[in-house]
Formats: sequence, structure tokens, C-alpha cells
Amino acid sequence: MVYLTRKAEFSASHYYHNPEFTPEENQRIFGKCNNPNGHGHNYTLEVTVKGQVDSRSGFVVDLKELKDIMNREVIEALDHRFLNKEVPEFGKLMPTTENLAINIWNRLTPKLKVAALHRIRVYETPDLFVDYYGEA
Amino acid sequence: MKAHLTRRYWFSASHRLHCDGMSTEENRAVYGKCNNPHGHGHNYAVEVTVSGPVDAKTGMVCNLVDLDQFVNEKIVERFGHENLNTLPEFSGLVPTTENLCIEVFNILQKDFRFAEVEKVRIEETMLNSFEYAGGKEIRN
Repeated sequence: MVYLTRKAEFSASHYYHNPEFTPEENQRIFGKCNNPNGHGHNYTLEVTVKGQVDSRSGFVVDLKELKDIMNREVIEALDHRFLNKEVPEFGKLMPTTENLAINIWNRLTPKLKVAALHRIRVYETPDLFVDYYGEA
Repeated sequence: MKAHLTRRYWFSASHRLHCDGMSTEENRAVYGKCNNPHGHGHNYAVEVTVSGPVDAKTGMVCNLVDLDQFVNEKIVERFGHENLNTLPEFSGLVPTTENLCIEVFNILQKDFRFAEVEKVRIEETMLNSFEYAGGKEIRN
């Protein structure tokens, strides 16, 4: 089994607000992230796939194909978007880095045919990142 | 759904690698420059990984405010700008980054209650890093 990781970057804005909470609770739990006009990040995405090395091509996965899938399924949907307003899944769900990693996993996993998805890592900043391995 | 969250912190500290159970020559041979009697310092980068189910209401594994407060109080303020050899944690224990990593992990595992502590990774320099997950295999 060989693991291959491909990076991509996207920039997006978001804010955290749960209508089930009072304004005070939202402020206490989410702090500055509750600012209703949102704020942005330069996200770095790492997609790790795993598989056997094909004996003829020497590839785990065709990188061009992987890059195209990532661009089509993730980057086009999230890059330069206000996640709460423009990405339907985040209409009610908090667009935290945790949920973003899970969302990206769910976008990619049905599209990958040759290699299996191993890990989604999303950096919100260089000092904060989330890993998701598809665990329930 | 279970996710893993990692946050990076920094502190600077000094240490000297010296084992009382070894002769002067042995210490010199094993630790080299790190055995210099006056010690030396590093800017340590500490990565703390915690895990847990993503809360349906907050979308979080744990609130970063709680993690930051715990790590700043119990780790950054504890070790930052100290000579590690002078701390009780390292009396009788050589303050290598291996031992520091285990110490930091144990502090988190003992008292951090907001999520499961998975792993501590410490960069001693840009070229050296150490990881400890309480004895568990590390999944990358």
C-alpha cells in the first residue's frame, strides 16, 4: 500500500452562528467568529489517497485525474465563496474546519475510483488543522 | 463523526542533556554539544492533536478557547523561558525532547477534559521532531 498526498488551496469566508442559541450564547461560544459579516481564511487542503502501485504505470493514482476531481468537486464549489451563504450544506451546519473536512471527504469519496481516500486534512491557518479519516 | 483537530503552540526554553549515571566521558560521547555544562536553548513548536465527535450544534470537536487556555496555562507558561533541568518534572530525568513530549502528553491526558488527547508532536528545531501518542501507534 502506498499513500499519496495532493495539496490545494482555496480562500473562503464564514462565520459561526447557531440560531438555536441566544445571542449571548453565540457570542460566548463562538467569540469573534460570530461576527455576522464573516471573516476569511486561506485554507490549505491535503487529500491523501492510498492504493497499490499499478505495475504498468507505476502510479497509485493518475495525479492529473486526482487534481481534476479536486478542482471540480471541491475548489470550484468552495473557493472565493461565503460558505454560510453560498454552499448549501452550510446553510444550517456550522462551517467549522471540522465540518469542512467531513464535507470535503463526502464530496470526494464517491468520485475516486482507482485509489481509496485515506485522509482529508484542512488547514484553516498554519497553526490549526483538522484531519478526517471517514470515521463514523 | 469523529475528527482530529491539531493546534500549534510555541515556547522557548533551555536544557542540558546530562545523565548522572554516566561518566563525564560517556556524557560527552552520548550527548556531544548538548552536554555543554551551561546548557542551550530552543524555540519549541508543540502540536497538540485532540479528537472526538463533531458536536452537532457547534460544529466543533472542542472549543479552541478551552484548548488554548489549557495549553497556555499548563504547558506554555509552565515550560516557557525556563531551564528545563531545574524543573521538578526533570529531576532525575534527562530533558530530551522525547521526555518533554511524554511529559506534555501526560499533562494533557491527565487533566484535559474537553476532547480525547490523541498525540503530542514537538519540533525541537526545524530539522528534529518527536511524537508521542501515549504508547499507541501513530496514524498519519
